[in-house]
This record gives sequence, C-alpha cells and structure tokens, in this order.
Amino acid sequence: MSDTHAQSVGFVRRSEIPPAPPPAMETGAVRWMRDNLFKGWANTLLTVLALVAIYFILRAILPWLLNGIWDATSIRDCRDILEGATGGCFAVISERWNQLLFGRYPQDQYWRPVLAFALVFVAAAPVLFPSVPRRMLWFTGVFPFLAYWLIWGGSILAPLAVLAALVGGYFAYRAVVDRSFVLGLVAGAVAAVLIAVLLGAAVRDLGSPLSLAPVASREIGGFMLNFILGVTCVSLSLPLGIVLALGRQSSLPIIKYICVAFIEFIRGVPLITLLFVANVVLAYFLPPQANFDLIIRVIIMITLFAAAYIAEVIRGGLAALPTGQYEAADSLGLDYWQATRLIIMPQALKISIPGIVNVAIGLFKDTTLVSVISMFDLVGMIRGPILASQDWNGVYWELFGFAALLFFVVCYAISQYSQHLERRLATDHR
Amino acid sequence: MTAMTEAPRGSFRLGMLVNDTRYRSYTFQLIALVAVAGLFAWLISNAVANLADLGQDISYEFLGQPAGYDINQQPIPFDSQDTHLRAAVVGVMNTLIVAVLGCVTATVIGVLAGVLRLSNNWIVSKLMAVYVEAFRNVPVLIWILIIFSVMANALPQPSAFRGDDPASSMLLGSFAFTNRGVYAPYPVMTPLGWVVVAIFLASIAGVFWWRARARKALYDSGRVVPVLWPSLAILFLPTLIAFFALGRPIALDYPELRGFNFQGGLNVRGSLIALWIALAIYTGAFIAENVRAGIQAVSRGQTEAAASLGLRPGRIMNLVILPQALRIIIPPLISQYLNLTKNSSLAIAVGYMDVTGTLGGITLNQTGRAIECVLLLMLFYLIISLTISAVMNVYNNAVRLKER
Repeated sequence: MSDTHAQSVGFVRRSEIPPAPPPAMETGAVRWMRDNLFKGWANTLLTVLALVAIYFILRAILPWLLNGIWDATSIRDCRDILEGATGGCFAVISERWNQLLFGRYPQDQYWRPVLAFALVFVAAAPVLFPSVPRRMLWFTGVFPFLAYWLIWGGSILAPLAVLAALVGGYFAYRAVVDRSFVLGLVAGAVAAVLIAVLLGAAVRDLGSPLSLAPVASREIGGFMLNFILGVTCVSLSLPLGIVLALGRQSSLPIIKYICVAFIEFIRGVPLITLLFVANVVLAYFLPPQANFDLIIRVIIMITLFAAAYIAEVIRGGLAALPTGQYEAADSLGLDYWQATRLIIMPQALKISIPGIVNVAIGLFKDTTLVSVISMFDLVGMIRGPILASQDWNGVYWELFGFAALLFFVVCYAISQYSQHLERRLATDHR
Repeated sequence: MTAMTEAPRGSFRLGMLVNDTRYRSYTFQLIALVAVAGLFAWLISNAVANLADLGQDISYEFLGQPAGYDINQQPIPFDSQDTHLRAAVVGVMNTLIVAVLGCVTATVIGVLAGVLRLSNNWIVSKLMAVYVEAFRNVPVLIWILIIFSVMANALPQPSAFRGDDPASSMLLGSFAFTNRGVYAPYPVMTPLGWVVVAIFLASIAGVFWWRARARKALYDSGRVVPVLWPSLAILFLPTLIAFFALGRPIALDYPELRGFNFQGGLNVRGSLIALWIALAIYTGAFIAENVRAGIQAVSRGQTEAAASLGLRPGRIMNLVILPQALRIIIPPLISQYLNLTKNSSLAIAVGYMDVTGTLGGITLNQTGRAIECVLLLMLFYLIISLTISAVMNVYNNAVRLKER
C-alpha cells in the first residue's frame, strides 16, 4: 500500500507545541505602561509632568507629616523640638482633641454624646441596610428622643411625652387612613396635639426622675455640633422636601405657586443670609415670650434651606417617571394619595437618590457656615479659641487639615454608600 | 350605545366640598391660602408688636447717613464719610468682581480637569480624580480659611523687600507678593490710550468677520481660507502699530516700596485672592465632574459615525462631540456659577468687603437695622439668581433638541 517505512518518517510530533509567550514588550506591566503612560509623545509628556507634580507635592507634605510633633504644649515647644527642621505641629490636635470634637461640653459628661454618636449607627442601620432585621426600626423611631435627652440632658419625661404624642398620633392615623389619607393625617395631628397637651400638664407634676445634668446649647460645639446639625436637618428636610415637590407638581394653581415661590426664594439666597435671619431677624417674627435657642433657630433655617433643594431633586425624579406610571395608577382606580404613596413616590425617590445624597453632603459641609454667626462648631472652635490662644497661634495647616480630613472621611463615605445604593436599586436592565 | 351616564345633577350639598372632585380642589386651595395668609399675618403681627416694644420702626433712612467705616478694597472711591448706600454699592461691586474672577478661573480649571480625567493616561486621570474628590468633599469655608492663612502667614512682609540684598524680591521686577496682598502694575490711561483700546476691540470684531468670511468661502466654493495666522495678525498688528504710532499712550504704574508699604500699582488684598482661588478650585472640581459627565453622555456611536465619514479626530471633537456635549454641560455649569456667586458671601469669614460684609456685616451692626439690611441683602442675591435662571431658561429653550 505504501512504500514508506516507519523509519523514513524522521519525527512526528505527538502533541501540540505550546504557544510561544508574546514578546516582552507586549505583555504585563510593560504593555500596560506603554498603553497607559507612554503612548505617543503627548501622553509621555503628560506622564512626566504628572510625576513632577506628584514629586513636588510629596516633597512638601511628607517631611511635614513624618517629622510631625505629637507631644508638645505650645507652638514654641514645637519649634524648639524641631530646631528649624520642617515638621507639622500635630500636638495641637492631641492637646485640644476634646475641644475640637465636643466644644465646651462638660468634660465629665462626654460619655453622653459618645453614646448618642454610637447609637446613630444602630438607628441608621435598618434604614441603610436591608439585611438588618426590620424590627430594629422601632429603635430608629425612638432614637431622636433618646439622643436629645442624652445630649441636652434634663428630665427624660419631656421627650417621652413628645414621643408618646407622636405614637398616639400614628395609631390614630392608622385607624382612619383606610377611609381617607387626608382624614388620617388630620386625625393623627389632632390626637398628637391632644396627648401632648394632656401629658405636658401631667409631666410638670411628676418632677424629674431619671434626669441627666442639663447642658446649655451654647456649650455644644466642635465636630459634634456639625454632626448634630447635619443629621437633624437632613432627616427633617426630607419629608418637607417631598411635600414641597408634590406641591410644585400639583395641578392646583394656588398650592403650586406657594411652593414655587418658597423654593425659588430659598434657592436664590445664600445660606449665610438665612443664618443671619436665624441669628438676628427671626426673633422679631416670633412671639416675645417664645425664647428659642440659637441652635433651634439655626436648625429651622438650615432645614428650610435643604428642603428647597431636596424638593427640586425630587421634582426631577417625579418628572423623569414615564407618564404611563401615572396613567396605570389612575386606571387601577387609585386616588391621588394612594397613587402617590404606592406607585409614584417609591419610584421617584429611587431615581432621586444620587441627587438627595448630593444635597445631604452639601448640607453637611454647609454646617461649617454657622461659625460665621459665632457658633463654635469645628471651624468656629479652630478660628476662635484655638488659633487665638497664645499657645497655638500659627498652627493653621495642622488644624484646618484635621478639619478637612474629618469632613472628607464623612462625605466620601456617604457618597460611596450612595453609589452602592444606586447599584442595589438598579432594577432596570442595562 | 347610550350607556353614557349623565353626571348626577343634584342640589349642592356641603359634603360635596370634600367628596366631589369638582369642588374638592377649591376647598383644598382655599385652606392652603388661608393657612399661608394666617402664618404671614401671625409673623407680621409679632414683628409689629416686637418692634413697638423696642421703640423701633422699619425705615431705610439709615442708607443716606454716613457709614463711618472704611472699606479696604474699593473699586470706586469710598471714605468713611460716604453713605451706607454707597458702602452697599461698593460691596455689590466687590461681590461681582470676585464672582466674575472666580467663574472664569473655575471654568478653565474645571474644563481642564474634566478633560484630563478622561485622558488615556492612567496617572493623569487618577491625579484628577484625587483632585475632584478632595475638593468636593471638604467644605469650601475650610479651603478659604486655609488659603487665607497661608497668604497671611507664609508670604513675606513688605519690609522683606527693603535693602540692597532683600530677603524677597519682586517677580519680574513688577509683582510683589506680600502678606498684605499682591501688588501689580496698573495701566494708566490717557485719552489717546482709549483709542488703542477701541482699535483692539475693533480687531476682535475683525477676527470674527474673517472667520465668518472663511466659513462662507468654504461652504460656497469649497476653497479653504486660512484662519489661524490671519486671525492672529488682525488681533495684534493694528493695536501694536497704533500703540507705537501714537507714542505709547498707555503707561504702567509700577508698585514701589515707600515707607512701610508698597505705593502705586494695583493692590489686590490677600482676602480677595484667598476667596478667589478657593472658590475657583472648589467650584472647578464640580465643573470637572459636569464636563466629564457631558462628554461621556455623547454615545460612542457618534464618534464612530463621524470617523466612518472620514473626519479627523480634531474635527470629530469640534464638529460632533462638543456641540452635543455642550448642550448637556452648560445648564449645570450655569448653576455652578450661581453657586459660586452665592458662596462668595463667605467673604465675611476672611474680611473681604463684599455686600455681605458691608450691608449684612458692619452696616447691620452699626445701625441695628437687622430686618432692613437682611431684606436688602436677600433681594440683591435673589435678583442675581433670578436673572441667571432666566438666562438659563432662554438658553435651554434655544438648544433643546428639536423633536417631532
């Protein structure tokens, strides 16, 4: 059949040759660098410029950071220890740590704000993370009153009475809401006011059991004040913003124009002018016997400010919903409030999450503005008592850098959470 | 089919105000109106009662009285005998100055950072990401105070420029950076100088005319008329010729060290510079994000379609990507300008005398007219915001996608 013998076939490869490795220039780190750092002369130039910039930044920062003095009693001390070398005087942060965080809060009571701060996370967990059991939500409801009692002190009965009034109002609302949403709201409000008045009278006679040493508002300061203002105002402005957004989208002209006027007015003026209002003007417009704390007045104004911005964000969410959703709700026979609560709002809020988080971050940063109306928040504490003191006059980089770092950590964490939330809620197909 | 039912025509009952959709909306609106009117009536009656108790009234006469304080940065002449009104006007001008400076600088920084963040160069895009995140997540007030402290503490005193071998020297012999601000040469105009300025403005118009002509020639005859070099020539040649022909009518007034401080030239206070730089860098970070989002929003198909038509990369960017990206970028850009203008009210923290510092600061404290001052202040910012939003609406309508 064949003339060929086995011997005449010199060599038969039994297996496939493994592919040769690509040239060294085309793989791994070298390839990556050629693609991302040195692709063409313009790209190379940019890389070199960026490296030079990074070098200069690091050369300025690193010695300052690494040579930092953490243990000294004054800026002169720092200079003596450094003997002319470059180095930060971080001792001011360790020495004034309490002032930076708590302002003039009484030293022996620090456990109260610390406890309240820790409880914020317990209260926020069921709202932020769906894996946390839903039953924890009752603690979220109780938390504001607990936190108020912990921070401001005094008798626990007053916050308890307000809490009881709200719970009573809620049950009244639940009882009536099946008939009509508006009726439910009215019933809830009436019940809450009734209980508050009744309990208020009763509380006065009971004296003050379980009372903590009261702390005046002007003693609350430092980063704690920024945190209190931020958390309070964001949580209060969200419901107000939803109401304003619905009002602005309403078909009833009078309600619509009231909301438009309010939103445009607030968004048209800087927060500082509103803080001026809180500081010097608001007192004129309240009854003479009403003696609100400055901190309460500031919370009112910042809440109104944030609510206008949140309303605009939510209006964007409402406008982005396809008309079909409204029509579908109508065709199911739902009335306005049912459609809004069950169909429109959940979707509109989901679309608005990035915007709402942006407003929240902006608001938290804006709480530093209260230092302008001589409240001693973190920035006010630095500019006032610390930089003005004999010991630490001139250590601005360290102090402001510390403040910037605190804000960066909080704001960056919030923005990362919002991105996580967006991904979790993204139910559409992409 | 006659299944259409007539709406029930009964007599009007009170319950219909709540239950009948035809009347319900009126009921609710009436309730809302009464509630708001009641709230305002309550606030105003409180104010009237409080003012009566204090023996005060609402009056704007204080605006005509001498202010009695000095303003350190004056675009128009002002001394302490001038009125509060003039102080407020100086403040308004100072606000507008820092707002315009800040907006221009922030746009440059923002566009640069936004484009670089999209760069293929890994290290540059990461560097820009760090810049954006670092500035967006830290309050602008802290940045203003940091830059202001650096200006006040790290820059040399004017006396450091003294002597034969001074510790500090002026940049190019004409700019002095001191802890009292920056001193720069200032042009002194003669009447002939204005002629040169007029010629320069005419040259700018001439450049636009040349570009229009080049475009028309291209569209009409397909002839490519050069644009770059003729434009540069039109822009600079006539002005330079006029400048030297008229005998150099514009001189520069250089700052000089006399006594304890620099005299002459233009003095820009450290507070203005701190505010300007901080606002520009802070707002620039936000603008960078807007620019990036705008460019990324133009779908890849547009680039590919343009490339398949045979356009070069530069033309793809200019003719296809940018016009579409600008439509997305400009509305948020304008609202960033608005934010910057409102944030410029933080000037009060560094002692720059903008309208918040004069009208809302010293005037308010001296006269005690809190309601009037804050009202005027809000009115000013409201006018600016509403004007800018009106402009933005006009623009949005002009560039809206013409559909259907």
